Amino acid sequence: MTRGRIILIVCFIALLALPLVLKRLATRRQTAVAKVDPTTAVSRFGFHFEEVAKASGVNFIHQAPTLDHQLDHIMPQVASMGAAVSVVDFDRDGWSDLYVTNSGEGSKNCLFRNLGNGSFTDVAAQVGLADVNQVGTGVSMGAVWGDYDNDGYEDLFLYKWGKPELFHNDSGHGFTRVTEKAGLPPWVNANTAIWFDYDGDGRLDLFLGGYYAEDVDLWHLKTTRMMPESFEYAKNGGRKYLFHNLGNGSFEEVSRKVGIDSRRWALAAVAADLRHSGHADLFIANDYGISELYFNDGKQFHEVGKQTGVGFSPKSGMNAAVGDVLNQGTYAIYVSNISEEGVLIQGNNLWVPKEGTAGDSLQYDNLARDMDVEIGGWSFGAQFGDLNNDGMQDLYLVNGYVSADRNKNYWYDFSKIAGGNSTIISDAAHWPAMEGRSLSGYQQKRVWLNDGSGKFVDVASAVGANDNFDGRSVALVDLWNRGVLDVVVANQKGPLLIYKNTTNPANGWIDFELEGQSSNRSAIGAEVKLFWNGQQQVQEVSGGSGFCSQSQRRLHFGLGKNARVEKAEIRWPSGKVSTIEQPAAGQVQKIKEPA
Amino acid sequence: MSQSTSEPAITPAIEVSERKKFRLDNRYVPPLFITCILLVGHLSYGILESYQRTLLAIVAAIVTELLLGRIFYGKWLNLASAYITGISVGILVRSPAFWPYALCSVLSIMSKYVLRIKGRHLWNPSNFGICVLLFLAPETVSSLSIQWGNFIWPMLVIWVLGSVIIWRARRFHISATYVLSFFALAFVRSWITGDPWQAEIAPITGPMYQLFVFFMVTDPKTTVKSKWGQCLVVFLVAVVESLLRLNQVVYAPLYALFIVGPTAMLIEMWLESRRKPSVVTA
Repeated sequence: MTRGRIILIVCFIALLALPLVLKRLATRRQTAVAKVDPTTAVSRFGFHFEEVAKASGVNFIHQAPTLDHQLDHIMPQVASMGAAVSVVDFDRDGWSDLYVTNSGEGSKNCLFRNLGNGSFTDVAAQVGLADVNQVGTGVSMGAVWGDYDNDGYEDLFLYKWGKPELFHNDSGHGFTRVTEKAGLPPWVNANTAIWFDYDGDGRLDLFLGGYYAEDVDLWHLKTTRMMPESFEYAKNGGRKYLFHNLGNGSFEEVSRKVGIDSRRWALAAVAADLRHSGHADLFIANDYGISELYFNDGKQFHEVGKQTGVGFSPKSGMNAAVGDVLNQGTYAIYVSNISEEGVLIQGNNLWVPKEGTAGDSLQYDNLARDMDVEIGGWSFGAQFGDLNNDGMQDLYLVNGYVSADRNKNYWYDFSKIAGGNSTIISDAAHWPAMEGRSLSGYQQKRVWLNDGSGKFVDVASAVGANDNFDGRSVALVDLWNRGVLDVVVANQKGPLLIYKNTTNPANGWIDFELEGQSSNRSAIGAEVKLFWNGQQQVQEVSGGSGFCSQSQRRLHFGLGKNARVEKAEIRWPSGKVSTIEQPAAGQVQKIKEPA
Repeated sequence: MSQSTSEPAITPAIEVSERKKFRLDNRYVPPLFITCILLVGHLSYGILESYQRTLLAIVAAIVTELLLGRIFYGKWLNLASAYITGISVGILVRSPAFWPYALCSVLSIMSKYVLRIKGRHLWNPSNFGICVLLFLAPETVSSLSIQWGNFIWPMLVIWVLGSVIIWRARRFHISATYVLSFFALAFVRSWITGDPWQAEIAPITGPMYQLFVFFMVTDPKTTVKSKWGQCLVVFLVAVVESLLRLNQVVYAPLYALFIVGPTAMLIEMWLESRRKPSVVTA
């Protein structure tokens, strides 16, 4: 054997070993943040979670629907959504409450009123928001709150696989169903909705994204050909709706008129002023296909997914959340997808504005891999928020699709059918039976801590986020008004979890509670840019983000140690700008838009 | 007239030389075909992870082939084969990372130089590279398993075009045997498992199988020499694939070829070595 050949063989073996070496290095990084006790977690990472749902009086288990018997063989994966949580202070008592959806036929949704003493009580039945899943009307998928009539109280839009409903908040004492007056469609199989004022007229409009086509009644199927026509290129989903608020309690559906015309399978949407143009742009994460990004000029929407780079590679979008991850005053967009070892590695997307691009020429790079937030299992809801008050936006992600028999896996059959032509995949009758098997079940959640240098580290186990339910919806909220973000997780066929957060008290914080005057009263779309210790961070009041969720409207900024806040610039949806010099840290700044 | 009489003598000569000039060397037909598949697939449906990753795979394969060819054979080798390997890796490997594309291409080409017996390499290069990565880096790498968009026409066009090209290369019998075996065994699996037959045939409607059927199982360097032997080998590939499928192995066709291809080659070499001494004796 020649010397050259020996060298070649050695190199060959070394290259064969390379993936194992890389895996080992990654495992070492993971073990560095393994389980630790709460005190150590607080001192090392700046925070620790304790799950307190039951202790706080919240004893909620989500029920899944039972759809048409023709879907029995794949029921767990079809009836796999509907657990959702949204945050509101419905009675304006200063304490954030939780609205939680249920999806069993005849099951009740809950409105957990925060009593301010560490406990909650369900008042949904009392205020008329419980019995909303009656047989024949469909079942709840999620809810978003927004003050559509600017009377100072947050109203509720409930979207379902079924009849969407609008409830008017009667000064915090009860709710009146105003669906017919609002002019909402009779049936939409929706999995996302957000409030935002797209035309800046001071009234909240409503975006509603369909998943299954709206002519499909999942309880009375006319045909089993209702599944996606493709795993990555499907365009046979539900239509999109944009309801323009006419100001008299009714809405006009204008989606096609303003340029939104898509039948992709929408699972999540978020609106934010991505170009700092004064108008909220719209991002839609679609299952079975590419994401869509619509630039909004105030009157028309223009789809720019391909142009901006976010709408090219088709994946399984299940989440859309925005956050200023690099403290640069710009928004990154996080989209969750599917990653299953050895089968399908889509990887989640973190779309970060490309350097040197802005305005209408804005483009995005996917930095999920570079920033270590790429692999999260079968990922669903995710939210940005400063969990340890160190001044950087962290990321909480839930995952897990169908947790059934731990020892039996449906992935082989799933991958088999997913590779089929549309004539095969689109017919539920062609799908192999699940027979109690799991599909990416029992997954470990991710709590990604932003280290401020462009990397995130998963500290879930270390900080106490140890559940492995099938997570769907995540909301971040300061439930006990302590200047920290607690985490609420809605799990499919699982309990509602409340992770109470304990942070390192050395880290400062400041919150902003905004109220619009010429803008919509909820101030949805208002943006606060905070400057402190030579840093800046931007956040926007959201009318819904993540997966079927809505975090608190109050904006929470962590400040780190020895913080000196220089100023806060508030840009209202009306275009007005307020500047607050040296706002005091450690308190909630309640700011009303100047008249 | 003289002109006309002289013309017939000259025209065929020109035609022949022109024909030679424009006739496509058979070696370049498969690379052109696979490039068409890639471009049509990507421009229509975006099947690639990204242009950069595919380009990286192609460049890595070509550079490795150039270097190793120069070092071990003392010449610059024809790059058609390396190009096919690179582009197959670029299409079939799915990973958000860049390194698997380069590593897979390099390993694929190197396998031709390292894993040789009696002057023949044993594995189809890209089949080797992809299987190795699927074994060793499943947390980062998967393989293409999605479909050609929503329509049946692009798929049919590729099947027809691919069949014509493979026919021209006199390897249609291999692809045809595999496809027929796959369908027959799909119905057997459906009967055994009780799953709908549509689910069992679903995978072959995807682009992974088109690459597999036209470029991997037909690789002349990694199959046996006789025509009937080639049919038998590819039938066995389908049988092993079916056994793996019954055991719920996601990448059954790739693994089946990984197992059966070299085994068949080794058996053929062994049979040849037994035959040769007997010829000498005779």
